[in-house]
Amino acid sequence: MATTRYTREHEWIRIDGDTATVGITDFAQEQLGDVVFVELPEIGRQVSKGDEAAVVESVKAASEVYAPASGEVTAVNEALADEPALVNSAPNGDGWFFKMRLANPAELDDLMDAAAYKDHVDSLD
Amino acid sequence: MTDAPEAPALKRTPLFDLHRKLGAKMVPFAGYQMPLQYEGILAEHNHCRREAVLFDVSHMGMALLQGDDVATALETLVVGDIRGLAAGRLRYTLLTNDEGGIVDDLMVINGGYYVVLVVNAARKEVDFALIRDRIGDRIDFEVWTDRALLALQGPAAASVLARLAPPSRHMLFMTMETLTIGEMKCGVTRSGYTGEDGFEIVVDDGHAVELANMILDEPEVMPAGLGARDTLRLEAGLCLYGQDLDETTTPVEAGLAWTIGQRRREEGGFPGDEIILRQMAEGPKRKRVGINLQGKVPARAGAAITDRWGKALGRVTSGTFGPTVGAPIAMGYVSADHADNNALVSVTVRERPLPGRVVPMPFVPHRYAT
Repeated sequence: MATTRYTREHEWIRIDGDTATVGITDFAQEQLGDVVFVELPEIGRQVSKGDEAAVVESVKAASEVYAPASGEVTAVNEALADEPALVNSAPNGDGWFFKMRLANPAELDDLMDAAAYKDHVDSLD
Repeated sequence: MTDAPEAPALKRTPLFDLHRKLGAKMVPFAGYQMPLQYEGILAEHNHCRREAVLFDVSHMGMALLQGDDVATALETLVVGDIRGLAAGRLRYTLLTNDEGGIVDDLMVINGGYYVVLVVNAARKEVDFALIRDRIGDRIDFEVWTDRALLALQGPAAASVLARLAPPSRHMLFMTMETLTIGEMKCGVTRSGYTGEDGFEIVVDDGHAVELANMILDEPEVMPAGLGARDTLRLEAGLCLYGQDLDETTTPVEAGLAWTIGQRRREEGGFPGDEIILRQMAEGPKRKRVGINLQGKVPARAGAAITDRWGKALGRVTSGTFGPTVGAPIAMGYVSADHADNNALVSVTVRERPLPGRVVPMPFVPHRYAT
């Protein structure tokens, strides 16, 4: 069964065995506003935890999306090229950014579960 | 998000509580807490192009100038023909410094027996100090601190305002009238900062909420924030002071020499006149241009503009994704030899050069009332 973890920078990572899907949270898309472009990593790229892996451009500004864990990028969400607004409308679903094969699943222990992430977001208001 | 205890408290406009009630995301801007957006920048932008939106621009500076000598005195500070500005009309003009740089861009409204200036929020202290210092002994000068300014913008603005204030239907673009809306006495100009038809309305603080609610109750109107205001004005090719204009940029470089009236070109008499008029004759070294970018990546203020071989030409001063254009657009300064329409340029975003082309502005045609 898949589990989802969260970073302080508002990425989510849904883990299913040794692969995972990465996106940004509803709080993040709300902060960014209307997304007009997403720059995704190349398939096959090796990322380390904390690396800049993608860039999301809203009408207002560009923001980096960081890799929540180390590993190899295995797929990217091609649908975002034509419909970047999926990041706003379905941040936890169809608005996902990329999939990766995890190099070191133990890294995920540092990330927050849903309850801890909710506390984190509440503390920002 | 760190605490900054030394920062002065942000000011609020008379509509602050209304913004919150309408669900605005508030941001600091020029010392004020202002609405960035309500429903969303794209929705508000598109609504302004299709119907009408209402902006709170009460953060802007307004001042009342009176006296027989107002027009002549003002002409010692701005490049425009103010003596030739008829009563009931307004004009866009520029305050300049002795080096020919732009101190601010502003509206001068001739109310007949008085003149009203509307200046940028972030420049009001500078502008008003300059005016007091240089011509304060020749005019009566009063800064308005108890008035709100609302901007109703969009193709439906005229029919909306005609319902609330029927005489407004006869107003021409860039004219001013005193109108009664509901029971409120308002100063109304047919003008704006979006490229669309529209009105800017001055009302006293105490009636601001009532006026805003009255306009927002009209079915065509939704509230819009600074985010949409920025994308709309950029598509309209209009400058934002502090980004596209500053004290080191001349009116000629900025493509605003059209604001210098014929008589002013002949007579001079404004700060930096010799430098500015010489630049008009000889041509500036750099020019403000519009740039269309291929692809979908927006370039932001500060991005380097180069030629196709990487030689530096200048920098982007404003850039975004143009919602109506449907593509990234930018405004910036380039050396004059690359400022012609269709000149091929590159804009560097995240260390990659993106191909672009110099295009005429506005990016979206103006649709002012005629």
